Amino acid sequence: MSLTLTHYLIFSTLLFMVSLTGIFANRRNILVVLMSLELLLLSVNTNFIAFSKFLGNVDGQVFVFFILTVAAAEAAIGLAILVMLFRNKKSLEVDDINELEG
Amino acid sequence: MFGWSELIPALPELLVLAMACVVLVVGLYSTNKSGGGFIVFLSVLTMLFAIIITAKDHVATVEFSRQLLFNGTFIRDGFGDMLKIVVYILMIAVFFYAKQSLRTNQNVRGEYFALLLFATLGCMVMISGYNFISLYLGLELVALSSYALVAYSRTDIKGNEAAMKYFILGAMASGLFLYGVSLLYGATGTLQIDEMASAIARQDNDMLMVLGLIFVLVGIAFKLGAVPFHMWLPDVYQGAPIATTTFLSSAPKIAAFALAVRILSEGMENIFDYWQPMVASLAILSIIIGNIFALQQENLKRMFAYSTISHIGFMLLGFVGGADGVAASMFYMIVYLIMAVGGFGLIMLLSTKGIEAENISDFKGLNQRNGWYAFLMLLILFSMAGIPPLVGFFAKLYVLQAIIAQGYIWLAVTAVIFAVIGAFYYLRVVKVMYFDESETDQAIDVSFDVKAILSVNALAQLGLLVILPVLFQYCIYVTQSL
Repeated sequence: MSLTLTHYLIFSTLLFMVSLTGIFANRRNILVVLMSLELLLLSVNTNFIAFSKFLGNVDGQVFVFFILTVAAAEAAIGLAILVMLFRNKKSLEVDDINELEG
Repeated sequence: MFGWSELIPALPELLVLAMACVVLVVGLYSTNKSGGGFIVFLSVLTMLFAIIITAKDHVATVEFSRQLLFNGTFIRDGFGDMLKIVVYILMIAVFFYAKQSLRTNQNVRGEYFALLLFATLGCMVMISGYNFISLYLGLELVALSSYALVAYSRTDIKGNEAAMKYFILGAMASGLFLYGVSLLYGATGTLQIDEMASAIARQDNDMLMVLGLIFVLVGIAFKLGAVPFHMWLPDVYQGAPIATTTFLSSAPKIAAFALAVRILSEGMENIFDYWQPMVASLAILSIIIGNIFALQQENLKRMFAYSTISHIGFMLLGFVGGADGVAASMFYMIVYLIMAVGGFGLIMLLSTKGIEAENISDFKGLNQRNGWYAFLMLLILFSMAGIPPLVGFFAKLYVLQAIIAQGYIWLAVTAVIFAVIGAFYYLRVVKVMYFDESETDQAIDVSFDVKAILSVNALAQLGLLVILPVLFQYCIYVTQSL
């Protein structure tokens, strides 16, 4: 059995679902949310590479390089905010983020 | 393929990039003692030069010729030029307000202005991007700078929370947007907006394409703050320092609007029938939810956030009305952002060290304390409510005209009903300012330049009336070249 485009798309959709579940259903740790955000971008990358391969067009692969770079910058900022939040709150529970409601 | 002459139309971007780096270095030497006057001067000077360069380019290419540069990833056209000039003007006001607010809080640091300049650059790239790669990079440059700006006051726990929420939801929105782009890429085989438009014209009713469209639309709605993707907006507006809130309510919204126009009206013109009902429901939901939730807010920043949501809804309504509608949306966006910046500017004005005048009760008896500022706030609030002689009314009128011309009477009626309901909460602030007793008689003390900018900003609600038809005709003119 050879791998077709559909296999790749199913795989990336699964990754996508896992990451959205990680963001919304997770009530424990904010760090897990940050990891899920990275997973979301990885599912996008899988999509791009699969399409790029099967369309015979390199644009998608170029885009993946940019996404990887931006994802690194994003993770840096996310972790910086996380450290700052932890210093002030001494907690990383998602449910503890409740100062702003209304 | 690439020649040095291609750099000339991108000169404003290069200027802002260079000056952002300069401000980053010079900013190291700015302290609370020096008050950051020099970096504000540099930043404002950058914006003034950018206005001159962009306007000169714009006039030189009278035919509004579209210049595609850097292998088609970057476009220079009349639409982009006009929006960029609006961004520069808004940013000048933001720089002055930010300076005032940071000085009040004894928190002047150079990187704040460098981040603002980088975010401005991101907005400019978003306005001029013509390929999904450049659009995405612009989007992220704005987003990453904004996360840092929201988290600016490190010890403020509300600010930290707002930054975290903004980061998670913003990063997720970018992810969803990208997922949509990847599906569109799979369906059309290109990332170029114009090539995508012609590829879409060739194939109709493709599952992949429609799915991609939905995800891209979700991403745009997130960035604009349209219901049901508005959850971040009130929290971030309330939690962020007032200087950052002022910024968030200005240039990034213009950039998100440009993104929506580039993708929806240019790239997806041929599947108008697919996205039009989705945009219409986003618009009408935003108007309803925004106005109803704004009614019960005691916090002025939060109230303005919900009012932003309702105004974004009104703006999106224009997209339903075809080509004329987009021009009306553009006009609405420009006029609304001038009001929004002025409104936050006045909150900044009343704030003191460590305490932001963010509650409606802080505006009690403002008329007794300072009649002029109360009058400026009155102009802005009346304009937001859409009360006739002010420009806010005409902005609403043009959007409604455009959608009624397309036969969407019920949309127009619903929008008007909720706009009238919305007038209540604006008038409540006016009542508090003019008819309640002041609890404090602390003098309002700001430097002359900030006072002048604020007055110009608020008086623009009257002043724009003079050039109203010209401005609107110009919006129609530049959107025709899309």
